[in-house]
Amino acid sequence: MSDPILSLRGVSKRFGGVRALVDVDADVHEHEVLAVVGDNGAGKSTLAGVLAGAYRPDAGEVLLDGRPVVLGSPAAARALGIAAVFQELALVDDLDVVENLFLGHETRRGPLLDEVAMEREAWRLLDQLAASVPTVREPVRALSGGQRQVVAVARALLGSPRVVVLDEPTASLGVRQTAEVLNLIVRLRERGHAVVLVSHQAGDLQAVADRILVLRLGRVHDVFDGDASYEDLLAAMTGAVRPGAVRPGAKHPGPNRAVRR
Amino acid sequence: MTAQTHTTGSGLPAGGALSGAVWQRMRGGSSLLPIVAALVGIWLILGAVNPAFLAPENLVNLTLQSAPVGVIALGVVLVLLVGEIDLSVGSLSGLAAAVVAVGSVTLGWPVALAIAVALACGAVVGLAYGALSTRLGLPSFVFTLAGLLFLAGVQLRVLGPLGSINLPFESWFVRSVQQGFLPAGVAWALVGGTVVASAVLQVVARARRRRADLACASLPQIVVRTAVLAAVLSGIVAYLYLGSARGLGWSVVLFALLVVITDVLLRRTRWGRSVRAVGGDRRAAMLAGVPVRRTVVLCFVVCSTLAALGGVLAAGRLGAANQGTGGADTYLVAIAAAVIGGTSLFGGRGSAWSAVLGVLVIQSIANGLTLMNVDQAARYMVTGAVLLLAIIIDMLLRKRREA
Ligand SMILES: Nc1ncnc2c1ncn2[C@@H]1O[C@H](COP(=O)(O)OP(=O)(O)OP(=O)(O)O)[C@@H](O)[C@H]1O
Ligand SMILES: [Mg+2]
Repeated sequence: MSDPILSLRGVSKRFGGVRALVDVDADVHEHEVLAVVGDNGAGKSTLAGVLAGAYRPDAGEVLLDGRPVVLGSPAAARALGIAAVFQELALVDDLDVVENLFLGHETRRGPLLDEVAMEREAWRLLDQLAASVPTVREPVRALSGGQRQVVAVARALLGSPRVVVLDEPTASLGVRQTAEVLNLIVRLRERGHAVVLVSHQAGDLQAVADRILVLRLGRVHDVFDGDASYEDLLAAMTGAVRPGAVRPGAKHPGPNRAVRR
Repeated sequence: MTAQTHTTGSGLPAGGALSGAVWQRMRGGSSLLPIVAALVGIWLILGAVNPAFLAPENLVNLTLQSAPVGVIALGVVLVLLVGEIDLSVGSLSGLAAAVVAVGSVTLGWPVALAIAVALACGAVVGLAYGALSTRLGLPSFVFTLAGLLFLAGVQLRVLGPLGSINLPFESWFVRSVQQGFLPAGVAWALVGGTVVASAVLQVVARARRRRADLACASLPQIVVRTAVLAAVLSGIVAYLYLGSARGLGWSVVLFALLVVITDVLLRRTRWGRSVRAVGGDRRAAMLAGVPVRRTVVLCFVVCSTLAALGGVLAAGRLGAANQGTGGADTYLVAIAAAVIGGTSLFGGRGSAWSAVLGVLVIQSIANGLTLMNVDQAARYMVTGAVLLLAIIIDMLLRKRREA
C-alpha cells in the first residue's frame, strides 16, 4: 500500500481527568476508507477532532505526507486539505444553507460575495447528495435533523479536500440519503481521496470500510479488515473476548489487547 | 433618514411565492419593518400633539441631533452582532471630543491632525478590548465597564482644570458640522443617482440569476421596489429642503454614508458573514474555519473608532468639548438605539440600519417631548418604556419566527 497521507503517532489527549485518547497510532491512506468504531465515549470524536484541527493533541504528532504538521485550527486543517463533518455538525442556525455551506471560504467576485456562484454550487452539491432541502435560502434552524446533516456533509466536500473526516454522518439520515452519502464516500475513494468515517451503523461499515479501527477507552484496541464480521467488531468494542477475533488480514495487531481497566 | 427607504424598499412583501433573492432580502428587512412602522406612528402622534414637531426645520434639527449618537450606535450594532457589548462608547466619545479640543486649541495642532489622533485613540482602545476579549477571554460587559470609568477619568485629565474648551467658530471643522449642508441640487442628484444605480444593480443581478437558473425577482417586483425607493428618497429630500429648511447637514450625510457602507460590508462581504456567524454560534463558526478572533477584534476596533468619531461630531456640533461631552446617558442611548432598531442583544441578528431607526426613535421622542416642554425626567421614563416595548416586540417576533 502507498504511504499514508495523514498519520497519528502516539497521540494522547486529555480533557481534565478524562483520558480521551491514549497513545493512538493511525494511518489514513489515499483510495481508502478508514472506519472508526467504538463504544460511546471511546474517543472517536476526539480522534476526528484531532485529525480535523479542532483539538490539539497533548502528546504525539500528526504527520501529513510523512512530515509533522500542527493543525492549529479547523481552518488550518482545511487549508492543508483536511475537511470534516463534526458530530455536532457545527452549523450556524441563523445563517441560511448557502451561507453555512460556504462559511469561512466564500466565493467572491472582486471584494463582494458571489451569491449566484455559491447558490448554484450549493444546489449542485445538494442534488448530488439527493438532499431534499426545499430552499437554500432558509436559515438552517428551520431544517430537519437529517437535512442539517446533509448540509454539513455537503460542506465538507466543498473544494474537494484530500482527506474527509466524517463523524457519524449518517446518524440521522433516511435510507435514501444514507445510500447517497455512502455512494459518495465510495466515489471519493475512487477519486483517490482518503476518508475517515466514524460510524455506529453496521451497514455503513460493511458497505464502504476498507479498514476498521476499533477504539476502546481511548486506545486503539484493534484494526480489522473491512470485511470483518459485526460480531467480531462488537466483541472488540465491548471487550467480550472471542477466540479468533484477530483476523489474519488485520494490518496492525492491536497493541493494547489486554487493556481493560 | 434614508433608513426608511431601505427598509420599505427591500422589505416589501413581494406577494406570491418568495423567490430566493426576495426571501433573502426580506429576512434582512423583516426585523426592521415593525420599527419603521413604530417610527411613523411616533411621528404621527408627536405631530398630532404638536404640529411644530413635523415642521421641516425641526426635522432638520432632529437629523442633526441624531447624527453623532447615531454614529456611535452604528459601532454598537457591530459589537452586538458579534455577540459582545461595549459600555464605554460614551466615555470614549467624550475623550475623543476632549482630544480634538485640546489638540487643536491648547496645543495648536491642525484640526485634521487632532481628529486623526482622536480616531486613533478610539482604534487603540478597541484593539485593547479585542485583546482582552479574545486572548484573555474576559466578558466584554465587565472590561468595557472598567473602560467606561477609566476613559471618563482620562477625559477629565485631558481636559485639565478648566473642564471645558471652546473650539474656534471659524475653523472649517466647526463650520461644516454646524452650518454645512448639502446643496439642494446635489441632494437631488444623489437621489437620482441612487435610484438609477439601485434599478440597474437589481436588473443586472436578476439577469445573472436567470442565466444561472436560480430563482429571481420578477420585473414588476423590481419596478415596485425602485418606485418605492424613489418615492421615499425624494420625499425626504423634498421635505427637508422645503421653504427655508436647511436640508441635509454634512454630519448627517456622513452618518448615512457610514451606514450604507457598513450595510454593504455586513451583507455582501466575507467579513460581514463572519460577523454574523461568530455572533450566531461562535464554536460552529470556529469549526467552519472562520477567523473568530480577528473578526471579534475588528468589531471592537471599528466600534471604538466610530464612538470616537461620534464624539468628534458632537464636539463640532457643540463647538466645544467639556466634562459632560459623551457623559450621562450617551452610551445608554447608543445601546438602546441599536436594540430598539432591532439588533439582538444576543448576537448574530441585526442590521446597520437599526442604528438609524433606533436613534431616530429615541431622538424623536426626546425632541418631541422637549417641544412640549416636558422635563428630562419624563423623557427618560418614556424612552425607557419604549426600549422595554422594543425588546418585548423583538422577543415575540422571534418566538413566532422560530415556532
Ligand atoms: N470537550 C470536551 N470536554 C471534556 N471532555 C470531553 C470533551 N470531549 C470529549 N470528552 C470526553 O472524552 C471522552 C471521549 O469522548 P468522544 O466524544 O471522543 O467519544 P465518542 O467515541 O465520540 O462517543 P460517542 O459515540 O458518544 O460520540 C468522553 O469521556 C468524553 O466525556
Ligand atoms: Mg462522538
